[in-house]
Amino acid sequence: MTEAPAAPPSPPSPPVDHELSLDDKVQANVLHADHITIRFGGLVAVNDVSFTIPPRSIVSLIGPNGAGKTTFFNVITGLYAPTEGAVYFDGIDITDTKPHIRAAAGLARTFQNIRLFNLMTAEENVMVAMHSKLKAGMISTILRLPKQRREEREALETAHELLDFVGIGKTAGETARNLSYGDQRRLEVARALALQPKVLLLDEPTAGMNPQESAAFTDFVHRVRDERGVSILLIEHDMSVVMRVSERITVLDRGEMIAEGGPDDIRSDERVVEAYLGKSGSEHAANAKPSTRKP
Amino acid sequence: MAAVQRASVRQQGVSRFVWPISMLAIVIVMFVFYNNIEPNLQTNIANGINDWLPVATFNESMVWIIMALGLNVVVGYAGLLDLGYVAFWAIGGYAAGWLMAQPWANSWTFHLGSPTYLSQAPGIHVTFWLVLIVAGVVCAIAGIIIGAPTLRLRGDYLALVTLGFGEMIGQIAQNGKVAGINLTNGDTGIASIDPIGTGWFGNLQGVPKVLTAFDDTYKLLVLAVLVAVCMFISLRIRDGRLGRAWLAIREDELAASMMGVPLVRTKLSAYAVGAFFGGLGGVGFASAVTGNVASSRFLFSVSITVLLMVVLGGMGNVWGVTIGAVILSWVNSTGLSQFGVQFDQWTGLHVADKFQQNQFLLFGVVLVLMMLFRPGGLIPEKRTKKLMREAPRTEAESLGADITEAEVEDEIALEESR
Repeated sequence: MTEAPAAPPSPPSPPVDHELSLDDKVQANVLHADHITIRFGGLVAVNDVSFTIPPRSIVSLIGPNGAGKTTFFNVITGLYAPTEGAVYFDGIDITDTKPHIRAAAGLARTFQNIRLFNLMTAEENVMVAMHSKLKAGMISTILRLPKQRREEREALETAHELLDFVGIGKTAGETARNLSYGDQRRLEVARALALQPKVLLLDEPTAGMNPQESAAFTDFVHRVRDERGVSILLIEHDMSVVMRVSERITVLDRGEMIAEGGPDDIRSDERVVEAYLGKSGSEHAANAKPSTRKP
Repeated sequence: MAAVQRASVRQQGVSRFVWPISMLAIVIVMFVFYNNIEPNLQTNIANGINDWLPVATFNESMVWIIMALGLNVVVGYAGLLDLGYVAFWAIGGYAAGWLMAQPWANSWTFHLGSPTYLSQAPGIHVTFWLVLIVAGVVCAIAGIIIGAPTLRLRGDYLALVTLGFGEMIGQIAQNGKVAGINLTNGDTGIASIDPIGTGWFGNLQGVPKVLTAFDDTYKLLVLAVLVAVCMFISLRIRDGRLGRAWLAIREDELAASMMGVPLVRTKLSAYAVGAFFGGLGGVGFASAVTGNVASSRFLFSVSITVLLMVVLGGMGNVWGVTIGAVILSWVNSTGLSQFGVQFDQWTGLHVADKFQQNQFLLFGVVLVLMMLFRPGGLIPEKRTKKLMREAPRTEAESLGADITEAEVEDEIALEESR
């Protein structure tokens, strides 16, 4: 699966590895989206896209605006049901599973436009995400039984650990809306990590960041993967980030998967350049190194 | 470190007890005053107090507090607008009617812990405290049943459907017969509901065995205990796992579900807790305030009044809601009519009725004024206060940038014009 053809194949079908059976793919990868098609009425938003996230990997989903990235993302998180195809997570078919169950099972995400619980503190934000991990019922909460108190204390400690991990430990008691933009992004990651995810989906995490912050973010993504053992799926516009951080990149254009492979393959892929710059621009771009292009 | 940072979330040390202790003090002072001092006052002063601040009014307001606290869980904590809250008051009331009276079935005789003077009475007579629990549980189940199909709706649609359910319960109560069984006895209602027995406390000197219409001062204590329990539950749940999930749903439903919070179940639990309180209120009202349950009382206006109490006091703030409930229930039951009487005396007109008749006009004006001048309520919740007072930082900063840019542009324009 990781080996993609260096040159784009002439038939329009995406590079699918025919040697592996579906079952193999499901077992080998922490997440496998199998032949996903989504139609909104007559509009085909995503057409027959297969996609895998191997364990402890960093993969990216890129494409020009309207390529169907977010739609595909929403199928994985459970906001949309695919018209055709299935999603397998951790060896189980989750196509019909509700978002909160997927989240509790370890499929965590952040949002493109930050969606924190604004009036709650940073630590409370993180603790909300531990909801599915905590056990305390109503009675033990009302009576504040020792078990519940211990659980709450441990949850709080975990929340502080996570906030320290993303580098905003000092803001634990601050209301989320009072955090700076960068800290809010970090808090979103801390909150997602509180789900103890196997896969972390980052939806345009560097949107609104300056180049230095984006650069620091690449290290951060690696650290999250290495220290938390999480696979990461990135949707990103900033090509420099994508190229630096990803092990494998999938390119969507108008709902079709047009390329898949390592950063170098993608950089030199004619169809990708074409999708981003248009036909006439592609020759230009071949010289101008599309990898450094920014949105 | 954790403890220090926790201080920002929960009030620490003594300040945490300011509200509970002052509430307790107020109740004790009120009890002593009405029980021991007021009967010995000069007649004209006693009359003035009985006209303006009769103890029965406070008993009634205790029941309203319980209901307002219940609605506060649904509206204030979880952010679900419920316009049919009267349904739970009604169900609680009828639970009292079925378990603490002799409504229709002379042949059924069942006693459980009821006051001794009722030991020979026909009908079902269960002790007030057990009925409270039963009514609470029945209401919680009713809340879940009503909530289950509606909670998939959002915002305004949910409000409309709850409104419908509130009306339905009222209509069912009025019709009386459900599937050929007389459940509610229609407009006539069920009377008389057993008064509260004092049990062991009845052995104490001066404490009555049962709290009849003449023992309002002792009812005040009993109802205050109920209020305290409801406050306690409200505050404790808010600080736990479930309370956090409610707040998260109030803030951002989608994000909450993406963080593993089961939306339907969490919302239903808010409904159930709110309904539980409504049931307590219903039993308290039937047993301690009116002594009967009749369908004519279960009107849409009750739902609105309770909602108004929550909004007036401060959505999400237990203490604010309590004060809002006391103020509005006083205005409702005593304040307005008494003011009308006083107004007539001053002016020589005969318009006393008009005040009572136009109470919802007044409430409407109060609501509009509140929204204009104090949208967070009398005592806003800590979090809401922040929302009202300060713009979010990111927004303020982008605004700041805009302002600076505009200033620079202005300066450039100014330079150029020179």
